[in-house]
Amino acid sequence: MNNNENTSPNKAPTHKSKSDPIVEVSGLCKWFGDFCALFDINFSVNFGEKIVICGPSGSGKSTLIRCLNQLEEHQIGTIRIDGKEVKPGMKNIEEIRREVGMVFQSFNLFPHLSVLDNLTIGPIRNRGMNKNDASEMAMELLDRVHISEQANKFPMQLSGGQQQRVAIARALCMKPKLMLFDEPTSALDPEMISGVLDVMVELAEGGMTMICVTHEMGFARQVGDRVIFMDDAEIVETSDPETFFSNPETDRAKLFLSQLLSH
Amino acid sequence: MVVADPPLTKKRPKVATSFSQTARTSLQIFQAIIVFSILAWVSYRGALAMDYNWQWYRVPRFFYRVVDGDIIWGPLVLGFIETLRLAGISIIFAILIGLVTAFARLSNSLAGKWIATFYLEAIRNTPLLVQLFLFYFVLAPIFGMDRFWAGVLCLSFFEGSFASEIIRGGIVGVSKDQYEASDAIGLNPFDKYTKIIIPQSLPLILPPLTGLVISLIKHSAIVSVIAVSELTTAGMNLISETFMAFEIWFIVAGIYLALTVTLSAGVSLFERHLEKGKY
Repeated sequence: MNNNENTSPNKAPTHKSKSDPIVEVSGLCKWFGDFCALFDINFSVNFGEKIVICGPSGSGKSTLIRCLNQLEEHQIGTIRIDGKEVKPGMKNIEEIRREVGMVFQSFNLFPHLSVLDNLTIGPIRNRGMNKNDASEMAMELLDRVHISEQANKFPMQLSGGQQQRVAIARALCMKPKLMLFDEPTSALDPEMISGVLDVMVELAEGGMTMICVTHEMGFARQVGDRVIFMDDAEIVETSDPETFFSNPETDRAKLFLSQLLSH
Repeated sequence: MVVADPPLTKKRPKVATSFSQTARTSLQIFQAIIVFSILAWVSYRGALAMDYNWQWYRVPRFFYRVVDGDIIWGPLVLGFIETLRLAGISIIFAILIGLVTAFARLSNSLAGKWIATFYLEAIRNTPLLVQLFLFYFVLAPIFGMDRFWAGVLCLSFFEGSFASEIIRGGIVGVSKDQYEASDAIGLNPFDKYTKIIIPQSLPLILPPLTGLVISLIKHSAIVSVIAVSELTTAGMNLISETFMAFEIWFIVAGIYLALTVTLSAGVSLFERHLEKGKY
């Protein structure tokens, strides 16, 4: 890798200014059967912004970010990622997914592939990168998530926290313009959480655009530009983290925060 | 005299085998020897009492003869090779048919689903022997197949229906998370299946598929009714020449047994190799 411009996946592309939206969602509705999971969702995310989505379970947070890369298909409304409209059942959805990294609650690493192969399969299969370049890039990323010494192990031999950091590196390997985190620390033992959050903070500081579903208030305050609070399939409140956590506007947010703090 | 206990450490201590354990093991071994001796004695007496003229000494020449320093393979070896060829080609076709049918059933294509379901129901609810006659007496003349290929196709379609359910089960058995993870990094459907889903379904597919291969080898004996010159046919021919029915059927059964047991052992080794060091 001699081209330093492109080696850093968390660096926002230079041709876009910070005020251009990378995600635009308007009038988004989604039902599972008759159950309304998302109702009239409108928001946009600019390049380099860090959004934290929180809310009670079942409020539609995960469904919302899963609609962004079409792991769930919506029924009404429009989603634009980097200007391109994302439609249910579209033919070349892979091209959009390659620009959007995703980290899951349960890591979802490929158990039959080594850590290194988990990272390189995307660039090799999707970008036609050769194995050596891909490995070199993967090792850099593993180094950045502080886990390069585990490159040749298999996922099941790692702890949950290590697996989640590998999963973050795997998503970064596709050099995404946007990273989605779906409760990345919820399935982790308490002592593993900080390692993963540290990696996410470093990523945020590197300028990556991020949308995180998480209840980690420390993380939200430290890196979040905005908090979106969802309840019952709707966006109830959007504000900056300081205001949201210390002085929420709506009763529903107050109730949620009091439950979050009292446990 | 008091002997101080060694200090307790986290290393698991060795515990000596107790007398009662040793006694129990010895009893089991003794019991096994008695049972096997009785079985051997009963078989021996039974064989004598039958007043059958056992001619085991004649069996080796059915495997091979040495004439002027050259080895001439006997009918059992030639039949065995033909059985291998028949089963080998059939299993490849059966797996291909199984793959296509499994994906047709999993696909969204209505035509694919219907054809696959019809094929499965038709094959699984009619006797194999009747299918063989259909292939040999009806389809073979139409398509100009010889008896070997009629047998191969019949076995392939028969076992293919079971292979498809095994493969489908393996693919469905891979967790939804793995599909989502492949989608999330933008793999196209072909890469998703060949690099992620199918490799992970192999450990689920291989054990029942081994059972299928074994059942195919056993079912291949049925093509003797259309006189394909495989092992069972070779055995029948030998018996009609020599009247050594007992020896030859034992030998034929023994060859099938050796083949299938070797195969399962081989596949177990391969499975262990696949899983090695991953968990």
